[in-house]
Amino acid sequence: MFFPIAHTYLSPPLLVALGFVIGIFGGFFGVGGSFLAGPALFALGMPFNFVVGTDLAHIVGKSIVAARRHRALGNIDLRLALVMVVGTILGSEVGVQAIEELKRRANINQVVGAVTIIVLTTMAGFVAWESWATISQQKKRIKMPGASQGKEDAFAFDHIAKAVQKVKLAPVLSLPHSGIESVSLWAIVAVAFVGGLFSGFLGGGAGYIRMPSMVYLLGIPTHVAIGTDLFEIIISAGYGTIRHALHGNVDVLVALVMQTGAAIGAQIGANLTQYFTGPRIRLAFAPLPLIGALLVAYGLITGHHH
Amino acid sequence: MIPVKKRVLRPFLIEIALYAVFVLAYFLSVLHFLGGWLGDLFEHQREWYAAVTIILVVVQAAGLELLTGWILRWVRQRLE
Repeated sequence: MFFPIAHTYLSPPLLVALGFVIGIFGGFFGVGGSFLAGPALFALGMPFNFVVGTDLAHIVGKSIVAARRHRALGNIDLRLALVMVVGTILGSEVGVQAIEELKRRANINQVVGAVTIIVLTTMAGFVAWESWATISQQKKRIKMPGASQGKEDAFAFDHIAKAVQKVKLAPVLSLPHSGIESVSLWAIVAVAFVGGLFSGFLGGGAGYIRMPSMVYLLGIPTHVAIGTDLFEIIISAGYGTIRHALHGNVDVLVALVMQTGAAIGAQIGANLTQYFTGPRIRLAFAPLPLIGALLVAYGLITGHHH
Repeated sequence: MIPVKKRVLRPFLIEIALYAVFVLAYFLSVLHFLGGWLGDLFEHQREWYAAVTIILVVVQAAGLELLTGWILRWVRQRLE
């Protein structure tokens, strides 16, 4: 089928299938799925200038479907999401400006790229270790007589979140939906800002940074972090879509076709979270930051910024 | 007790088949007619194109969510 805006021929069944797969990822992990959609759209033959913007447009639609499902499951903390939007948009703007500035300076890209790879790889290793340790602890508890398997989230490593929650820098917010008595607004904005920074630097939503950051730095339960991240992505990716559309980088027809597959996939992914505990979702999530690291490594080797 | 295959897989496959029919009809009608108009907007009125883009994405997402929810409920009622 010919898509007149991007001036290219693309296969609608393949676009629907791609949307379906990314929808499952998005609904289950609370990520946009750009690490998969971007390279796949490019491989299908879409001109590169349309890839990032079109992907963002499709992310908005998919996240609406997944977030509605997560809302029905009680997995969205609206107060947290609205505060995070501010930090994400600020971080994203700074990330985009920073990458433009860094392009003008020799070797800085390599340094930042290398640091990013180390951060993402460390995060993947940490999430894998922590979730594995939590699952092992839970198994031991179940074997003990009289022990019950609670539905609430469990962490083997919650020291940082507890320390962050002790910082009482005003204004301090209460997040009852996430089970957090008090946390500084600035801590939430800072976590969102870092996620936005990676988003601006690497493209896409950078959910593979934001979701674990919400869990480990703020102490948000995994299911709520997934739902809230998706809600937050609707607004931040919507903002990005409008910006890219104004610059002529969005083929809305391609995004709409992908969205038809993503609508089903996102619901499946969101519903699947009911059958997995927080630590098991985090364990399955662990490889995703590695994909982000590979994208950065690819960019460094080929000199192409994704 | 209803086997898992019948309880989960069958409604899902029927839902996918029904959904595919709707989506195919959607491609052939709406996207076909919208293509030219959106192409014109993209070339000549970029601000309007950006606004229409976000509206279409949001409206379609809400519509698809309602459609898939309705199909799933309808299939489950028929199978029960």
